[in-house]
Amino acid sequence: MAEALLSVDGLCKAYGALTVSDNVSFEVAPGELHALIGPNGAGKTTLIHQLSGLLRSDSGHVRLGGEDITRLPMAERVHRGLARSFQITSILPGFSALENVALAAQARSGSSFRFFANAAREDDLNAQAMESLRTVGLQGRASTPAGVLSHGEKRLLELAIALATAPKALLLDEPLAGTGKEESQSVTATLRQLKGRFAIVLIEHDMEAVFALADRVSVLVYGKIIATGTPEQIRNDPAVREAYLGEEGEAAHA
Amino acid sequence: MSAAGTDIAVTAKARQAVGGRERAIIATFVLLALAPIAAQAGPQGYIIDLITRMMIFAIAALSLDLILGYGAMVSFGHAAFIGLGAYAVGILASHGVTDFVVQLAAALAAAAVFAFVTGALSLRTKGVYFIMITLAFSQMLFFFGVSLSAYGGDDGLSLPERSRLFGLPLFSSDKGLFYATLACLIGCYLLCRAIVASRFGRVLRGARENPVRMTAIGFSPYRFQLVAYVISGMMAALAGALLANQTGFVSPAYMSWQRSGELLAMTIFGGVGTLVGPIIGAMAFLALEEWLAGLTEHWKMIFGPLLVCVVLFARGGIMGLAARIGGKRDG
Repeated sequence: MAEALLSVDGLCKAYGALTVSDNVSFEVAPGELHALIGPNGAGKTTLIHQLSGLLRSDSGHVRLGGEDITRLPMAERVHRGLARSFQITSILPGFSALENVALAAQARSGSSFRFFANAAREDDLNAQAMESLRTVGLQGRASTPAGVLSHGEKRLLELAIALATAPKALLLDEPLAGTGKEESQSVTATLRQLKGRFAIVLIEHDMEAVFALADRVSVLVYGKIIATGTPEQIRNDPAVREAYLGEEGEAAHA
Repeated sequence: MSAAGTDIAVTAKARQAVGGRERAIIATFVLLALAPIAAQAGPQGYIIDLITRMMIFAIAALSLDLILGYGAMVSFGHAAFIGLGAYAVGILASHGVTDFVVQLAAALAAAAVFAFVTGALSLRTKGVYFIMITLAFSQMLFFFGVSLSAYGGDDGLSLPERSRLFGLPLFSSDKGLFYATLACLIGCYLLCRAIVASRFGRVLRGARENPVRMTAIGFSPYRFQLVAYVISGMMAALAGALLANQTGFVSPAYMSWQRSGELLAMTIFGGVGTLVGPIIGAMAFLALEEWLAGLTEHWKMIFGPLLVCVVLFARGGIMGLAARIGGKRDG
């Protein structure tokens, strides 16, 4: 296997007696899509917060391209090529879709301590932003205030913003959260297009999407990874079936 | 379809509001420039003096809007910067340094240092804590002024003469000070407008809407907020330097928390986050105060409830009200 781009080693996080991440280790190779699944409350989002730098880890290491980034603040991790999306849509509602993305491009092209020239007229930033919007299929909504976009479009905008930071690795926290059937298809299609271009850590509840997209799947239960493998292996793993898929299966029957 | 419809409506409305603001500010500046000529018909000295004062507070309110309206930093200690500017002029003048360039340089440097140090600490807090800590810092400066017995202490000190510009007594006539103040106001407005639209301003506005998102694309909002706080403080110090010249007097009262509260009221009264609003708000605030004070000595009984009504019923202040009336007329 290729050298890992993102490697997580013995990551822990506890709130008092409650252990939320329990010695989590996994690796993501360049271009690999690694899905993290697990029942509600398994600590998936906490883990993404730790990887992205929003939450401090108690112990363990996160490495990106061999560099230890465990203690770096979030903004520094982004500059090194680790971008994330949020489970609960996090955009600038008063800005146009284009400006939402252009700001991400601005963050990595030159100083932002410029006080006089109009930023909205910087063609270079706008062109980069437009390209990201095109990748997710939102080019037609560029001038729309982000706050009035439909929910599915906001999910796509989240992706476009992450892409505009020129990442090496993407942490995607439930990109399909709250989307309807049609919306979920367009987001899934976009994800398929991103696959292979970036190392991706994907958290998702939509099993259909996970098994269709993932190269490897890790199953998180009570903060612990209980299994890692190809979608096929995970589907047939008895421990996983018991801990997770079984519940879902019963729920589906009920 | 319907989404696209709202979309066009929203952008059109926003554009209309901006267009309206442009017209309002150009009209304001033109009226101000003509005011001394019109004032010849009445008590000229009084009117010029009053309008100069209005413009000085417009600069201060404008500077507050830069951090309040675009950075969501509610500073309850902005009068401290006015005081710093005024004292820089007063203290230097009492030592015979009357050149405005030197005085202003001292005022801006003092404000920049004070803003940097207090801002660096204040900006580590959020919300109510930020309000309280900025208030605390300005109160510290207020009591420092009170204890400055060499410069009049509680009583303040009178300026021996107004500032000179390159040796010329440009400010000695009321009209000279009037036009100098107007030039400063226009300059500050244009500067703020450029800053708000710049790369820097865009990061500041982004951090106002969603600081976590800004961090997640690689910005540290803190640094941008601190720089904005310093710029704003320096601009308020310019207002203070002009105020010292206008009144010919400097006292700790310029830094009182009531003064900081008035600045907030002016900004909110005019319309936060519009730049134009606080300019008009400050002038309307002082004009109203002057007019009501002429009617009755209990004018605060009318003034207070009036401000409450504006905040309650005219969201977005004067600019918000104007936009709604304009919207109804055009729609």
